[in-house]
Amino acid sequence: MAEKIEGSPGYAPGTRVSTKDIVENKITYTWWEPEVQYSWSLGQAMSKFLTGLKKGKILGRTCIKCDRVLVPPRMFCEYCYGPTDAWIELKDTGTIETYSISYLDSDARRIKKPILIGVISIDGASPQHGFMHYFGEMSEKDIHIGMRVKAVWKSPKDREGAITDIKYFKPLEGGEKK
Amino acid sequence: MSRKVCVIGIGHTDFNSITPDVEWKELMYEACQKAYVDAGVDPRKDVDSFITCAEDYLEGFSIFDEFVPDQIGAVLRPCCTVCGDGLYGLGTAYMQIKTGLMDVVSIESHSKISDLLTMGDILLHAFDPVFERPVMGPVERPRYGGSPEYTKEAPKPLVGSTKEKQRVHPYFLAGMEMQNYLRTTDTTEEECAEVVVKNKMNAFFNPMADYEAKISVDNVMGSEYLFTPLKKLDISPNVDGAITFVLADEKTARDLGVDPIYLSGFGWSSETPWLSTREMFADYASRSSQMAYKMAGITSPKKQIDIVEVDDRFSYKELQHLEAIGMARPGEAGQMLMEGELARDGALPTNMSGGSLGIGNCFEATGMQKALEIITQLRGHAAKRQVPDAEVGLAQAWRGIPSGSGAVTIFERGGA
Ligand SMILES: [Zn+2]
Repeated sequence: MAEKIEGSPGYAPGTRVSTKDIVENKITYTWWEPEVQYSWSLGQAMSKFLTGLKKGKILGRTCIKCDRVLVPPRMFCEYCYGPTDAWIELKDTGTIETYSISYLDSDARRIKKPILIGVISIDGASPQHGFMHYFGEMSEKDIHIGMRVKAVWKSPKDREGAITDIKYFKPLEGGEKK
Repeated sequence: MSRKVCVIGIGHTDFNSITPDVEWKELMYEACQKAYVDAGVDPRKDVDSFITCAEDYLEGFSIFDEFVPDQIGAVLRPCCTVCGDGLYGLGTAYMQIKTGLMDVVSIESHSKISDLLTMGDILLHAFDPVFERPVMGPVERPRYGGSPEYTKEAPKPLVGSTKEKQRVHPYFLAGMEMQNYLRTTDTTEEECAEVVVKNKMNAFFNPMADYEAKISVDNVMGSEYLFTPLKKLDISPNVDGAITFVLADEKTARDLGVDPIYLSGFGWSSETPWLSTREMFADYASRSSQMAYKMAGITSPKKQIDIVEVDDRFSYKELQHLEAIGMARPGEAGQMLMEGELARDGALPTNMSGGSLGIGNCFEATGMQKALEIITQLRGHAAKRQVPDAEVGLAQAWRGIPSGSGAVTIFERGGA
């Protein structure tokens, strides 16, 4: 049975719902689990980008009009709204724009080893062009904004044409400068 | 307020059953780019507000709004998504311009339904979870739902058996409605089949259509029953594509030197979601048309309107909608069709585009597909399917299974 809440304020007397109430179906609720599956076609820009990752390359697109190098690449530039111009191969190094150290999983449970996650500007691309990824081989104390990092790739046979073909970014040896 | 609102640009992609070669963003970009060129505007400077019409579940994104600005030209500009058919977006744009808040507004809607692998289940998700979904298939209740001890092991069945995986396809609802429509109006299955024959034939003259076919009533009648009395060919097949409109106030349209088509009437309406309580006569279409007629000053729709595009995602829907919007008395639309009145040279050319049966089900872009045809016709750009001297046209859309919602827009060539 529902238990009386000890010390509940006078203006809000009530009974706490217990796990047992739920197990015994004393709480009315309904339940439904949809089958939800998508398979998005990626089109020209993303397909080429992912094919590049499989080969261990980070690819960008240039917009001559805006003088930008776009990463992730797209076939149109969102600033000038024109089509982008050419493919360009970039380095797999970059700079941490910002980051966070996450101590909770998606269900808000505490995780043992915190996750270091952030956004990286890729070298050779326009400022603030890059993507979000994990960081590794660094401690919670080491990580900082402006830190220079390098991609750690999966072995070629394990790559499948996905952003996770890069395992994480590690500190770039030899330097804080670009 | 005397400000008049007009369509100054239209753009669309081809419509195809699958589009594995393009991403949904690229599809939207193509339609938008074409509409902006057609209107002679630069979206980065001249368009004041951007609207897309999309449903998160169909797209596969929560907060789909966040993913649209780049490809429609709306980065760092006023932008919003209307969760509904494209005609609702047109209505929203109409209000933004009418109030004087905006001068030029872009509206985009699309279907990339080929990306969704479980369409039937997503549509089931639109039914009531207490009374309807459990009847449509097994629902498994978790043993400790919501509690910290919740596990997925050995869930307790609420209805049916855990071994049954089958759920009913949600289109059965259209079968139920058609059953009711045929019975109460004395319309026949053959008359509905004639709608399919007409629209698939019309589609031959529309280069964007994907499901044109030269078939006979016998072909339709001979196709298998899927949800009685609905047969396979009575149901519009799915299609991918995008459509964009640019709307502006009359003065801006004149300044741009474009030939405006006026949006003179708009209406929308929703019925109760209770299936047993809801009327099955497309009351949403009736109410929204009355609202639009009043706004456009139309007192005798059949006489004053030259061409219509109505939602025909199921064959009987074309007849039911024509009756609901006052173009025919209940039971009369089927006869009008048989007498040739809905043909290009008839009194009320209907679904000259090929409709959803000939083009395909564009989902949230369905209303825009109807409106696109009206604009093309009123501009006189419809080539072989052109209705001579079309001055006033009506586009009507329904939000699809299982909704009882819809909208109507009226467009005019001359000043509204
Ligand atoms: Zn640019």
